[in-house]
Amino acid sequence: MRAIYFAWVRERIGKAEEELDLPADVLTVADLMAWLSRKDEGYAHAFDTSSTIRAALDHVHAKPNAPLAGVREIAFFPPMTGG
Amino acid sequence: MASIAVQREAFDAAAATAALTDGRTDVGAVVTFTGLCRDEAGTLDALEIEHYPGMAEAEIARVAADAEARWPLLGVQIIHRYGTILPGEQIVLVVTASAHRDAAFAAADFLMDYMKTRAPFWKREHRRDGPTGDWVEAKDKDAAAAARWL
Repeated sequence: MRAIYFAWVRERIGKAEEELDLPADVLTVADLMAWLSRKDEGYAHAFDTSSTIRAALDHVHAKPNAPLAGVREIAFFPPMTGG
Repeated sequence: MASIAVQREAFDAAAATAALTDGRTDVGAVVTFTGLCRDEAGTLDALEIEHYPGMAEAEIARVAADAEARWPLLGVQIIHRYGTILPGEQIVLVVTASAHRDAAFAAADFLMDYMKTRAPFWKREHRRDGPTGDWVEAKDKDAAAAARWL
């Protein structure tokens, strides 16, 4: 699965995108955030305010309990500030 | 039906309006909203707008489809810029056309509220008095404005 990061999520993690090989027990968006947070301090810092981070699965907004099965691209980003 | 563009370049609001109305006789109302970059009392050098290519267009299209399902619109045009925007420059354009003004006004208002809370764009301030500023935080009032349409 491709993961892409935007705005301060990208800056805290230190990269714009990466390929992820998910363990079998990572089933939802929330599982993935918890798994990434254990990788290093950058991820932990990005996700430590996980209630304010938004996710999209294949370009569609997704809630933390959304399943990852069949998803090709997940994006994590702060609340939007366009317009 | 909606025409959507996500682009770095400036836009021509008059041309976008003409594209919705030229050659038509059924349009009775056109509402045009242009969002501009403020200088925040002279403290802002520029806004940097990051976006999610692909999702930005898709999400704006979904927002436009929502508007078209709620009001009898005869045309919608939305342009949102990204990249470096200087004070005084345009950021976003929403044009709605309908037979009557109530639908055109309401749809334009709804489109801006939903774009601000759903379209994947992020602003960062570059301040005159120092290094690159922080990412702009989402405002509660924008979420509240979007919630009133639920």
